[in-house]
Amino acid sequence: MATVQATSRGSLKAKRATPRIAPDRLVDITVQAGVIVVLCLAWEFGARVGAINPFLLPSLSDVLARIWADAMSGTVFVDLGLTLYRTLAGFLIAAALGIPIGVLMARSATVRWFFDPLISVGFPMPKIAFLPIFILWFDIYDTSKIIMVTFSCFFPIVAATYAGTTGQDKWPIWSARALGAREHEILWEVRLPLALPQILTGLQVALPVGMITTIVTEMLMGGRGVGGSMIMAGRFADSVGVFAGIVEIVFLGFAVVRSLEMLRARLLVWHPEARK
Amino acid sequence: MPRAGTGTGGINMLLDISRGALRYSPIAILLIVWELLGATGLISRQMLPGLGEIFGELVAAVVSGDLLYNCARSLMRAGSGLLCAVVVGIVAGLLMASFRPLRLLINPIVQIFYPMPKSALIPVVMIWLGLGDASKILLIFLGCLLPVVVGTYNGARGINPFMIWSARSLGASKLEVIHEIVLPGAMPEILNGVRTALAFSFILMVSSEFLIATDGVGYMISSLGDGGIYPAMFAVIFFVAGIGFLADRIYAAFARRQLAWREA
Repeated sequence: MATVQATSRGSLKAKRATPRIAPDRLVDITVQAGVIVVLCLAWEFGARVGAINPFLLPSLSDVLARIWADAMSGTVFVDLGLTLYRTLAGFLIAAALGIPIGVLMARSATVRWFFDPLISVGFPMPKIAFLPIFILWFDIYDTSKIIMVTFSCFFPIVAATYAGTTGQDKWPIWSARALGAREHEILWEVRLPLALPQILTGLQVALPVGMITTIVTEMLMGGRGVGGSMIMAGRFADSVGVFAGIVEIVFLGFAVVRSLEMLRARLLVWHPEARK
Repeated sequence: MPRAGTGTGGINMLLDISRGALRYSPIAILLIVWELLGATGLISRQMLPGLGEIFGELVAAVVSGDLLYNCARSLMRAGSGLLCAVVVGIVAGLLMASFRPLRLLINPIVQIFYPMPKSALIPVVMIWLGLGDASKILLIFLGCLLPVVVGTYNGARGINPFMIWSARSLGASKLEVIHEIVLPGAMPEILNGVRTALAFSFILMVSSEFLIATDGVGYMISSLGDGGIYPAMFAVIFFVAGIGFLADRIYAAFARRQLAWREA
């Protein structure tokens, strides 16, 4: 009797649970999409009706028309491509340097002795202030931009990797050793996967910083790239051009950050955090 | 007795100093390499001014009052932008976490603008507010706002609902719950968000002054660089980096004190 009741109650719950959650989420999604649509409409018609000065906020359709025209002539893709290339190149170099150094810092006292003070002093500094030095050393072209991005991204990555690889739970490492794993196997199969959530968090902190830095370097040094085009438009009081750049950069930032989130979900399928 | 005390105290102090010296020796090594590279002529003095020269310029800039004035102007902008962002951000985050309609209203906006690199707003604030203080304060406010909102929201959502229910059943009003339960419970994440915002405020302060300003440390750096006065430029850059470092350290000490009531 009791079991029958329990199962019937369980099945009832299961039956009710699915349709009950779905409308809630549906309302959430429609309301949130509605907010975005209303914002876009307010933007468009605020300028058209005259509530907003069209110079301060040109209407959405004008901005989209500009992006369309630039897309037809190809400049949008050149700008976005260059900005993305500089961000990712700097970011990947920083990861390629930062992750091994972070791991070595946790493993070797000498490496830790050398890098620990440099990182604890360098991490909180506003790295962007060093930009004129990099311009002086490496000129104003891609080299100095990418080195600047690398310099900004390096510290969060190395700090997160070090925090993740130091003080790890000893049991998995001992177990692997007891099962006959060699040191490099332990590194690849145990230590790095254990540190992976924190390393990825470090990368997720570094990537937006890298994008901010890329945009500033482009604005300061001019030339092509979203930042360069925007500051040029700003100097010529071409507000449609400025907002076209903003729309492009919102898309680029969204795409890049979301891709890294998806990569995290993919790499951490096995991790308890994926179950949430 | 007092002699013994001072004796061990002296030895301890010596130990502390030597330990500190060993810990920070890599920085000294880098500085020596810097000097050697310049002294041996491997890298021209133009590219890598001597440390003595840089220090002399730093002292001169401080004594003349130029550096301190520009620094005060910059920090005033960064401080007012950051302060507004912290106040508005915490209130918005708490409201988002506590009231569903507001959450639905604000969340999509946060989701869209959170990943956007905030330095892209520099030309926008330039068009809106010109080259004065207001444009930079607005930029720093907008740049620092979202980390605070997101930190507060995540902290407030992560609170164990039993605590809120208990307080409610004991007769706390919704506002009392926010003030007594949600705000302290979310404090660690709020403080983290503010720390990110503090770092952003420095980045945005310096970069906006590189591009649109007539005073401030960023303007000083770029005008010294344009004028080719590199030792002075290095001096100001190191000074700004040091201020940013100090601000972070002071904030970290403040945050530790705020969380002193939590267990471990």
